[in-house]
Amino acid sequence: MKKVRVFVTLKAGVLDPAGKAVEGGLRHLGFDEVKGVRLGKLIELELDDGAGDERARIDQMCKKLLANTVIEDYRIDGAQ
Amino acid sequence: MAKQGAKVGVITFPGSNCDADLRRAITETAGLQLVEIWHKETALDVDAVLLPGGFSYGDYLRSGAIARFSPIMENVIAFAQSGGPVLGICNGFQILTEAGLLPGALMRNRDLQFLCQDTVLRIEGRETPFTRNLPGLDRTYTIPIAHMDGNFTADADTLDRLEGEGQVVFRYVGGAPNGAVRDIAGISNARGNVVGLMPHPERRVDAEVGGTDGRALFTSLASWFAVAAA
Repeated sequence: MKKVRVFVTLKAGVLDPAGKAVEGGLRHLGFDEVKGVRLGKLIELELDDGAGDERARIDQMCKKLLANTVIEDYRIDGAQ
Repeated sequence: MAKQGAKVGVITFPGSNCDADLRRAITETAGLQLVEIWHKETALDVDAVLLPGGFSYGDYLRSGAIARFSPIMENVIAFAQSGGPVLGICNGFQILTEAGLLPGALMRNRDLQFLCQDTVLRIEGRETPFTRNLPGLDRTYTIPIAHMDGNFTADADTLDRLEGEGQVVFRYVGGAPNGAVRDIAGISNARGNVVGLMPHPERRVDAEVGGTDGRALFTSLASWFAVAAA
């Protein structure tokens, strides 16, 4: 069993109201150096070892379900 | 397509909660024949398909993202692509965008709050089976919204195409409370047979419970079938 992480984030240019709210919260706490916050999702997949074309299959998972590519980008971490 | 006695399918997903109102709008308001469909079914022998509001699969991952792969959806997509009338309301609209039957996406409301309130709408753009004879009428429709993710968005090219082709079918008057780009409340596909909107017309079909401005969509569908049958 291995773990692969998929990060799903809003595309650049897509407004992120939740990120804005967190940014305001950090500033309110005095962290004035914060110039922007974007929220996203971390999705951990547990996979059988040794599946062929692992990355291609995870790519399909992202395109079909995990991300909505109209508004989101994704990044795959830890796949072969 | 036919039809005398047109059959309208209302699909219930786990977490749908407006399907009962929709069934009533079809039978009592439109006087059409109702077919109740559970999302696990695959057979689709109907003349129109309605996807109700609610919170299918708890809105997990994204609103509509999982319902979009329910067994019935394969035939809903084929039906839509063959030109059959399909209407998605609220969560139904979200499912249609996730399925790629309508462009754009519905994001979290701009102010991060669940919105449950009346909105004032204008019906415009092209005619659809659900807005027959309605676009351009010099009147507005007061119909409520009840959603967390109704902030419609699409890239600039898509928006220009939607506007240019008359695919913006419902627009909020006086600004979109959820932040939807260009105050868009509902759209159609290029062919005009698939329509999605965030407001709930099925909640405004009875004067005893708030008003009748929502009836227009359902009587429109009935008249669309009547013309098709003539």
